[in-house]
Amino acid sequence: MRRTSIFKHIDWVIVFLFFALCVIGWTSIYSAAFQEDHPSIFDRTQEYGKQVIWILTSLFLGTIILFTSEKLYTRFSWVIYGVSMLSLLLVPFVGKEIGGARSWFHIGSFSLQPSEFAKFSTLLLLSSFLNIPLINLKNFKNQLITAAIIGFPILLIMLQPDAGSALVYCSLIFALYREGLPAWYMWAIFTCIVLFVSSLLLPIPWLIFSILLISIAYTFTRNVKTRAKQIPYIFVAAILSILYSFSVEYIYTNVLQQHHRNRIDLILGKIELGSDIRWNLDQSKIAIGSGGFSGRGYLDGTQTKFNFVPEQSTDFIFCTIGEEWGSIGSFVVISLFFALICRILVKAEKQRSTFSRVYGYGVACILFLHVFVNIGMTIGIVPVIGIPLPFLSYGGSSLWGFSILLFIFIRLDAQRKEIL
Amino acid sequence: MKKGNLQSRKNGVLITFIIGGIILLLNLLKLQLFTPAYKKLAENNVVRKEIVYPARGSVYDRNGTLLVGNQRSYDLMVIPRMVKNLDTAALAKYTDTPLDYLRYKLKRAKRYSRHLPSPLVKSIEKESGMRLLERIHQFPGIYLEERTARHYPIPIAANVLGYISQVSPSTIKKKPYYFRNDNIGITGVEKTYEDTLRGEKGFKYINKDVHSRSKGSYEGGKKDIKSTAGKDITLTLDANLQLYAEKLMQNKKGAIVAIEPSTGEILTLVSSPTYDPNLLIGRRRSKNYMLLEKDTLTPLYDRSLVGLYPPGSTFKLINALIGLQEGVISPSTSFPCSHGWRFSSKLKVGCHSHRSPLNLHQSIAQSCNAYYCYTFQRLIDRNDNTRINYGKWANYVESFGLGNFLNNDLHTGKRGKVPSVKYNDNRYPFSWKAPTVISLAIGQDALLVTPIQMANMCAAIANRGHFYTPHILSKVNKKSITIEQFTTPKKIDIDKRHFETVIDGMQEVIDGQKGTAKNARIKGIEICGKTGTAENFVKKNGKRVQLKDHSIFIAFAPKDNPKIAIAVYVENAGWGSSFGSPIASLLIEEYLTGTVERPALEKKIMEANLLDEDLDNETH
Repeated sequence: MRRTSIFKHIDWVIVFLFFALCVIGWTSIYSAAFQEDHPSIFDRTQEYGKQVIWILTSLFLGTIILFTSEKLYTRFSWVIYGVSMLSLLLVPFVGKEIGGARSWFHIGSFSLQPSEFAKFSTLLLLSSFLNIPLINLKNFKNQLITAAIIGFPILLIMLQPDAGSALVYCSLIFALYREGLPAWYMWAIFTCIVLFVSSLLLPIPWLIFSILLISIAYTFTRNVKTRAKQIPYIFVAAILSILYSFSVEYIYTNVLQQHHRNRIDLILGKIELGSDIRWNLDQSKIAIGSGGFSGRGYLDGTQTKFNFVPEQSTDFIFCTIGEEWGSIGSFVVISLFFALICRILVKAEKQRSTFSRVYGYGVACILFLHVFVNIGMTIGIVPVIGIPLPFLSYGGSSLWGFSILLFIFIRLDAQRKEIL
Repeated sequence: MKKGNLQSRKNGVLITFIIGGIILLLNLLKLQLFTPAYKKLAENNVVRKEIVYPARGSVYDRNGTLLVGNQRSYDLMVIPRMVKNLDTAALAKYTDTPLDYLRYKLKRAKRYSRHLPSPLVKSIEKESGMRLLERIHQFPGIYLEERTARHYPIPIAANVLGYISQVSPSTIKKKPYYFRNDNIGITGVEKTYEDTLRGEKGFKYINKDVHSRSKGSYEGGKKDIKSTAGKDITLTLDANLQLYAEKLMQNKKGAIVAIEPSTGEILTLVSSPTYDPNLLIGRRRSKNYMLLEKDTLTPLYDRSLVGLYPPGSTFKLINALIGLQEGVISPSTSFPCSHGWRFSSKLKVGCHSHRSPLNLHQSIAQSCNAYYCYTFQRLIDRNDNTRINYGKWANYVESFGLGNFLNNDLHTGKRGKVPSVKYNDNRYPFSWKAPTVISLAIGQDALLVTPIQMANMCAAIANRGHFYTPHILSKVNKKSITIEQFTTPKKIDIDKRHFETVIDGMQEVIDGQKGTAKNARIKGIEICGKTGTAENFVKKNGKRVQLKDHSIFIAFAPKDNPKIAIAVYVENAGWGSSFGSPIASLLIEEYLTGTVERPALEKKIMEANLLDEDLDNETH
C-alpha cells in the first residue's frame, strides 16, 4: 500500500523544475549542435537526439530510486562510497585520455565519468556520518573525519587531473556550516579568497598596509572589556594573512599551471584584447551580449551557430540561451535554478532526520556551485572551469549523476511525509 | 541556545546562495543591456567565416598557348534568415533568371538552412555580376560571392580538357576537403589533375554589418588561413594540330590520336563529333549537358579513349613482325593468292584482285589477306602445338600495349580485347586451330582496340621495338616533370631488323606503285603507314546487320627519326584510303611543315559529311 502512495508524497515542484530544466537543455543543445544534414531533434546520431535518451533514462533511474527503501541510502552509504572511490581509483589507469585528463571509462561506444557519480556517494556517506548521534562538528576529531570523507574523492579527482570537478566538493562547506562547523572556518576561507585575488592585483606593500589597517580598525570596534583578550588572536590572524599573501605569489607561479594562470589573469583583466587565450571568452561574452533583452530568437543565434563558442553544447550551453533568448531567457533559467536550490534548502530544513537534512543541504550546495561557476564563467566573472551546467549541458554521465543526486533527495523527502 | 544558533545559520546559507544568484543576474544584465561595447559588437557586427576560393590552375598546350583559363564570375547567395521584404521580381530581372526558378531556389535554400548561405543563381558572368553588385544592397540577406569560371579561348579538345562542376554529396563524404557548393573536376584533365589544379581553399573571418557588408577582417586577419593558388599545367597537346584535326573530322564520326614516338607525348586526341567546351561552363552547363547527353551522335563519348574498334588490316603489321621473329616467314617468303585464302569450301577469307604471288613487302603495300592467313596458320599450328603457339602469339600482341589499360594520365580508358587461349577454349569447346580463328590474321574476329592503343602500337613500330606510355602532362607550373611510368621505355621482344623490314613495307603502302594509300604521299616526307578497313555489325531489330566499314589508317613520319605517329578512325567511311589516309597525311604535313599545300584535298575532306548517309543501305 505504501508503495502505491509514494507519488502522493513526492514534491512535484522539484520534479517539475527538474523536468523543465532538462527540456530547456535539450532544445538548447538542438540549437547549439544543429547539423543541417540531420534536422530531426530526435536524430540519434546527433547530440540532441542522444540527449533525449539521457533524459528518458534519467527519468527511469529517478523512478527506480523513488521505489527504493531509504534504508538503502542510510545503511549502505559506506558500500556506495566504496564502490565509487574504487572507480575513481581505477579511472587513471583504465580510462581514456581526453583533453589531457583521464576521467572517463569507455565501455564500447558508451562513456562514463565516475566523478559525476562520486558526488552523491560522498554526500551519502557524509550524511550518514553526521547522522550518528552525538557527532559534533565543533569536535576537532569529527572535523578531521569529515575532511577525510570529502578530501578523499577530491584527491583522487585531482590526480586525473580535473580541478573543476574537485572544486565542486568544496561547496559542501556550506552544509557543514549549517551543521555546526565553527563560523571562523567560513571567515578563513573567505579571507583566503579575498587575499588571493588582492595579492595578484595589488603590490605587496599596499596589501600589508591594508591588512594591518583593517586589523587595528577591527580591534578598536571591539568591546573594551574583551579587547585585551582578543588582541593576540587578531595579531596571529594578521601575521598569517601577511605570510599567506607572500605565499600566493609562490603558489601562483610554481603550483598552478600555465592554463590556470591564464584563466585567472583573464578574469582579473590582465590579458589583452585579441590574444588567443581571450578569444574563447570574448566569443562567449559576445554571444550572450548579442542576445540583448529579448534575444535573437530560437535557432537564430549566429555566434553559437558558426562555432565561435567552444564546447557550445556542454560547458558553454548557457551561451545559446543568452544569445537566442536574451535577458528574458537567462532570467528564466537562472530563476528556475535558484527556485530549485531554494526549494531544496527549505525542504531540507523541514527534515526530521539529520541524514536527510545534511543530504538536502549537500544537494543544494553542489547545484549552487555548478550553476554559479558555470554561468559565471560564460559571462567572465569566474575563471574558465570545465564543469557542466546541471540538467542543461549535453552528456549522459552528468545528467545521470545530477538526476540520481536529486531523486535520492526527493525520495528522502517523501519518506518524511510517510512517517507522518 | 545552541539550537537557535544553528537555526539562524540556515538563513545564512540561503542568503549566500541568493546573493550568488543576484550576482549572476546583475552581471548578465550588465552584459546584455548595459554594455554598449558588447551591444555594438553584437548588433552591428557579426563575425563570419568565409571561404576564399583560390584561382584554379590554367592549362596550356605544348607551345604555351592558353587552353583553359579563368574568368571572374559570381554566385548569388542567400542567407534566408536575413532576407527582408525581398523584391523577387526585381532580382529575377537583374539576374536574368525566370521568376519561378528563383522562387523555387529561395524555397529550397530556406529548407536547407535559415542560417547558412545557399546559392540562388550560380556562375553569373562577369559583366552582369558587376552590374548586379551595384544594386545588391537593395536586397538584404542576398550577396554575391566571387568565384572563377573556366573559359576556353580556343574551343578545342573538349573531352580531353573535361569540365568542372559542383561536387556531389557522395564525394563530400569520401573527401572531407570538399564543401557543398565547391567545384571539382568531373572529366578529362580537370579530373586527372584535380589536386594539382585546384589549389587549397583558404578561410577568412570578416566582421559584417547587418546588411552583410564587409567591415574589415576580424582581429586584423590573425585567424585567417590563406588560400593557395592552383598550379598551372602544360599539356603535351599541340593546339594547332588539335584544331586542324577537329576541323578535318567535322561532320564525321571517329577518332584521331597522334603521339610523339620518342617521348610518348600525346600531340592530338580527337573524338568526333566534339563540342565547344565553353558550352559546359557557368549557368549554361546543366542545360547544354542535357542536350549533349541526349545527342544521338554521342559527343560526350570519347571515341579516342574508350571507342572499341577492330584494328583491321593494320594488324597485319603485327602478324608480320611476329612471323619474322618466330622464323615462320622471311622477307622473301611468298604466298599465292587468288581472291583469297581457302581452307575448305565453307571456310575462306576473300581478298581483292592483285598479282600473285606476293612477297612480304608487297603483301603489306597491297594488304593481301591470304598472305597473313598463311602466316598466321604457320605461326599457330606449328608442330601441332596450337595452344602454346597461340599463347606465345597473344603475348607478343599484348607487348604492343594492346588488350590492357595503358596506365596513363587520362581520365578514362578501355582494355580492349586480345582473345586469350582460355577465351578460345570457351568459345570453341571441342577443339580449335588456326583456321578456327583465322580472322585474327587480318585483325578481325574478337580483337578490339582503342584508337589510342592503335596510335601507341604505331609509335612502337616507329621506334623499332619500344614505346613510352602515351601521356598528356608535360609541365607543372612551367617546370618539366618526370614521371617514371612515362619515361621508362616498354620493350617489345622482336628484333630491330624485322621492324626495318616491315617499315620498308609500310613505306611502300604510300610510295609503292601499287600501294593502298598513294593518296597520302607528301613531297619530301617519307611516310610509313598501313591502311585498314574494319567490318562492323550492329544488332538491329534482333538481326545482325552489317554497316559500312570503318576507314582506318595508321602512319608515322618521317621514316627515320620519326616525329609523329598517328592513328585515324573514321566510322562508316569505307576503305582505309577513303578518309583515313588523306586525313593522316594532311595532319603529318601540317605538323612537320607547318602548312598544308594541298588545299583541294583539305577542302574535300573538311566538307565531306558522313553523318547524314543512310547506313543500312551501304552494306557490302
